[in-house]
Amino acid sequence: MSLFHVLGFGVKIGHLFWMLCCWFVSWFVDNGIEDNNNNKSGLLVGSVGDLEKTNKMTTLKKKNFFNRISTCGLKIPSFSYQFLGSVKFNKTWWRKLVVAWVVFWLLVSIWTFWYFSSQAMEKRKETLTSMCDERARMLQDQFNVSMNHVQAMSILISTFHHGKIPSAIDQRTFSEYTDRTSFERPLTSGVAYAMRVLHSEREEFERQQGWTIRRMDSLEQNPVHKDEYDPEALEPSPVQEEYAPVIFAQDTVSHVVSLDMLSGKEDRENVLRARRSGKGVLTAPFPLIKTNRLGVILTFAVYKRDLPSNATPKERIEATNGYLGGVFDIESLVENLLQQLASKQTILVNVYDTTNHSQPISMYGSNVFVDELERVSLLNFGDPFRKHEMRCRFKQKPPWPVLSMVTSFGILVIALLVAHIIHATVSRITKVEEDCHKMEQLKQKAEAADVAKSQFLATVSHEIRTPMNGVLGMLHMLMDTELDVTQQDYVRTAQASGKALVSLINEVLDQAKIESGNLELEDVRFDLRGILDDVLSLFSGKSQQKGVELAVYISDRVPEMLIGDPGRFRQILTNLMGNSIKFTEKGHIFVTVQLVEELFESIDGETALTPEGTLSGLPVADGQRSWENFKAFSSNGHRSFEPSPPDINLIVSVEDTGIGIPLEAQSRIFTPFMQVGPSISRTHGGTGIGLSISKCLVGLMKGEIGFSSTPKVGSTFTFTAVFSNGMQQTERKNDPQNNNNQLMCSEFRGMKAVVVDHRPARAKVSWYHFQRLGIRVEVVARVEQALHYMKIGTTTVNMILIEQEIWNREADVFIKKLQKEPLVLSPKLFLLANSVESSMPDAFCNGTDPPIVIVKPLRASMLAATLQRGLGIGNREPPQHKGPPALVLRNLLLGRKILIVDDNNVNLRVAAGALKKYGADVVCAESGIKAISLLKPPHEFDACFMDIQMPEMDGFEATKRIRDMEEEMNKRIQNGEALIVENGNKTSWHLPVLAMTADVIQATHEECLKCGMDGYVSKPFEAEQLYREVSRFFNSPSDTES
Amino acid sequence: MNTIVVGQLQRQFQDYIVSLYQQGYLDNQFTELRKLQDEGSPDFVAEVVSLFFDDCAKLINDMSTSLERPDHVDFKQVDSGVHQLKGSSSSVGARRVKSVCIAFKECCDVQNREGCLRCLQQVDYEYKMLKTKLQDLFNLEQQILQAGGTIPQVSMN
Repeated sequence: MSLFHVLGFGVKIGHLFWMLCCWFVSWFVDNGIEDNNNNKSGLLVGSVGDLEKTNKMTTLKKKNFFNRISTCGLKIPSFSYQFLGSVKFNKTWWRKLVVAWVVFWLLVSIWTFWYFSSQAMEKRKETLTSMCDERARMLQDQFNVSMNHVQAMSILISTFHHGKIPSAIDQRTFSEYTDRTSFERPLTSGVAYAMRVLHSEREEFERQQGWTIRRMDSLEQNPVHKDEYDPEALEPSPVQEEYAPVIFAQDTVSHVVSLDMLSGKEDRENVLRARRSGKGVLTAPFPLIKTNRLGVILTFAVYKRDLPSNATPKERIEATNGYLGGVFDIESLVENLLQQLASKQTILVNVYDTTNHSQPISMYGSNVFVDELERVSLLNFGDPFRKHEMRCRFKQKPPWPVLSMVTSFGILVIALLVAHIIHATVSRITKVEEDCHKMEQLKQKAEAADVAKSQFLATVSHEIRTPMNGVLGMLHMLMDTELDVTQQDYVRTAQASGKALVSLINEVLDQAKIESGNLELEDVRFDLRGILDDVLSLFSGKSQQKGVELAVYISDRVPEMLIGDPGRFRQILTNLMGNSIKFTEKGHIFVTVQLVEELFESIDGETALTPEGTLSGLPVADGQRSWENFKAFSSNGHRSFEPSPPDINLIVSVEDTGIGIPLEAQSRIFTPFMQVGPSISRTHGGTGIGLSISKCLVGLMKGEIGFSSTPKVGSTFTFTAVFSNGMQQTERKNDPQNNNNQLMCSEFRGMKAVVVDHRPARAKVSWYHFQRLGIRVEVVARVEQALHYMKIGTTTVNMILIEQEIWNREADVFIKKLQKEPLVLSPKLFLLANSVESSMPDAFCNGTDPPIVIVKPLRASMLAATLQRGLGIGNREPPQHKGPPALVLRNLLLGRKILIVDDNNVNLRVAAGALKKYGADVVCAESGIKAISLLKPPHEFDACFMDIQMPEMDGFEATKRIRDMEEEMNKRIQNGEALIVENGNKTSWHLPVLAMTADVIQATHEECLKCGMDGYVSKPFEAEQLYREVSRFFNSPSDTES
Repeated sequence: MNTIVVGQLQRQFQDYIVSLYQQGYLDNQFTELRKLQDEGSPDFVAEVVSLFFDDCAKLINDMSTSLERPDHVDFKQVDSGVHQLKGSSSSVGARRVKSVCIAFKECCDVQNREGCLRCLQQVDYEYKMLKTKLQDLFNLEQQILQAGGTIPQVSMN
């Protein structure tokens, strides 16, 4: 296993290295052939071998590298400069780092090179030294041996020549002896003995010897070849104080016999020095007589007696008897010596006499030098006066420092590769950063384009709307003219189309507003149940037509009043329900509103959905899947939800049993203008913008929207929204509508109803609606149970509500039973039906009253009215006579002080008359200016109706002024300047101002709101609209107390 | 005897008012107006109507002076007059006057003096016509009241 690892690692490293090499090579090729050549020649020269040259070459190389680096460094900014800008600093920093890196490693490689070469050099030097020293020592030893022998011979001479009379040695003996003992003096080529002869003894001596003493200095001056040498030709020595003629000589030097040693310059010096010191003395090397080869002469003095070692030179001179000289033929001797040693070929030896330091005399060796490296070993031949040394060199040049070169080069290559990698990485990073930057810019551009698109859309929509209002207005007027039936029909169609167009444009405008972030939500108190009732009424016609069951269930825990944007909430609901009803042909549409907490509490006990559990008994899509992915629920991985106390988190789901959404279309369901397919808009109409707007609106309400859909089964859309609780205010008892509701409820309070329904979901809805009216409800699944319950029940049952489904099945049984055992207090019978047509009970008959049909969808007001009718209570006012708006309007307006502003007398009178009729206290003003003077706080008006188009000052301007005055007042109140009594205990002033206008189009409406008006009514007054507008602000608790 | 007269008068009144509706002199707003009249303000309709006619006379007079000079007609002033007239007529329910006012306003918008003059004449005619018709109606009303009858509710829906 580990072997495999190692192998793998090796392969990886090898691969890496190979890649690096490839890069490097390509980099080199990139840098040009010239560079390359330069480098090669540099390497060649650098490898010649001597240190200085190598160093030079390294510096040369260094220069090359620096050039390369600097060109590289220049290259980097040249291709990236234009992009950089902010990254430039970083970039240059990196560049410096790379250069520093390269320089550092260059230095390291140079050092390595130097270190290795010096190491090799050191070793070579050591070898040379040891070899040289060895040779020097040997030479010295042999020389000393020879010298000792010569000295021994001097003692022999002194003993046998001078010590015996007559002498025991003559020339023949001497030469024989020396020849035979010459192996003991391997370095000497010959030995001779010269005797000290004083001038007074010369004649005696010459006579004795039989020859005259001859001089040798002339010989020295005119050196001759040995072949031509003729001792007889030499001149006799001139008269001297003393002489040193050679009397004995070895055969090899027998030609020197009779020569006066003192006459030769070198010899004389030698002789004198020898007898003075008593030691062996050497001459400087000189060409020997006859042989003409270089040689030295070793001279020992022979004394008459044994002198003490501390004898003075003078004593020594006096005691001198003669001189023994040995001739050393250095050249041949050294050669002989070297031949004995191994590895003589590797080394060149030179021997010098360095007595005169400035002018060493070569004794041996050639002057051909190859190698600079030299070793000098001192030679001691026993003569302190003479100095000799041996200089050794290698014959061959040192080998190339291949190891050091390879090592340093390798280091350099790796360093450069690393630098290249860094450089490549950095440039890559900058490139990527550059790209990223570019992309960001593109993204910004795209976003800007998107915003521009939205703005364009908004502008264009607005521009379309303005002329469209004109068209609608004209159509409206056209309807007032005399038209025949066909024309009227045309106009009506045109108007309907125009209205559709305006609503579409409004939608597009919404979308654009949301996208450009201009849409802001209101924060007003609203009744959620009321809104759902409204939406339900809106769709009730359609659902009844189709026979689709429409139902709403709102959990008890949802507060009655919420604070938020009811309009937008309603829009979302309308969108979702509109879609549902559009695509549903049978079954049901079920809207559930719950708190999110509640959903989570109930989820544990919830059983799997079975078709029987649903509202209409048809299968539905799994609703849970529609909100599973909500972020708020799965924030910590586990599905959970942490409610924050002041907020009300609603979860609303709209469940239908329609055709469902095809799987392939589900992903783009929230994209604007995307419908399931092109055929959908043809079959069902619509623009496909609704869901996208809904999603945005839900987002604005801090909620999420999701859906789950099964084709052919149905879809469930679920969204969450965050509202604040509107129930904190205690004064809601003053709320007229609330009072109204309670009034409505109080009639039924304490009543008891039995609902016969076998579907729990549907029963729950019924239960919820009756509960709202204050009726206690008992749900049973079958008719028999209901009857049974009534019999044993302790409390009286006021009504029985039977689902149509059950009624159709069991009506006969029921009626029979009822007839058989009539109850004392017969409860009223109601039928819960989906549509009017099917609701007529077929099997109806004698005796009992026909049951009253309650047509679904169930809504509080409708339910209350039907129950009232059915139970015969609450008939104090005939509701059908004047209609509820007029009645309620009277309630609302009774005793209110209202200012009407209009420049048109007739209009003024009519409006005043209308409002007076509802019991209001009306004050009239003919102009905006007068209105302002009347409305200067403090005043006692509850509302103001203002005409918009007036001379001098129009309604918008007047309203602005009024608002300004109120604001000023409010500030003063806040600062405590204004008296509370004066203000009638008002804490803030805001008079509801309603515009009166003939053209009832949205643009004007928006204009009104912009100027601080609270709403608008059409002129002349329509009771419905007047009610709608007036109730809006007379309801709100912040208004004046009634 | 009296009841017969009253009944006759009432029928006559009804027929008359229906004819007014049918001929397009009046519209629903007049009905609404009549609904506003009760014990508290017994002459409300008459009051408003006479106010309307006074207004009409005044406005038409003003406009005709404005339109008299052919060179520089102050269309703005005319326009505001027409606007007033239109508002009043729609409040009262004088349908024909209102229709003419709409045409008048269009002429005014395009600054068509000829058209304006024509419309002015028409308005003058229409309002005077309506005035006589309503006068008759009120007379009938008075007669009914004097005869001790009540004015019947007439709904055009």
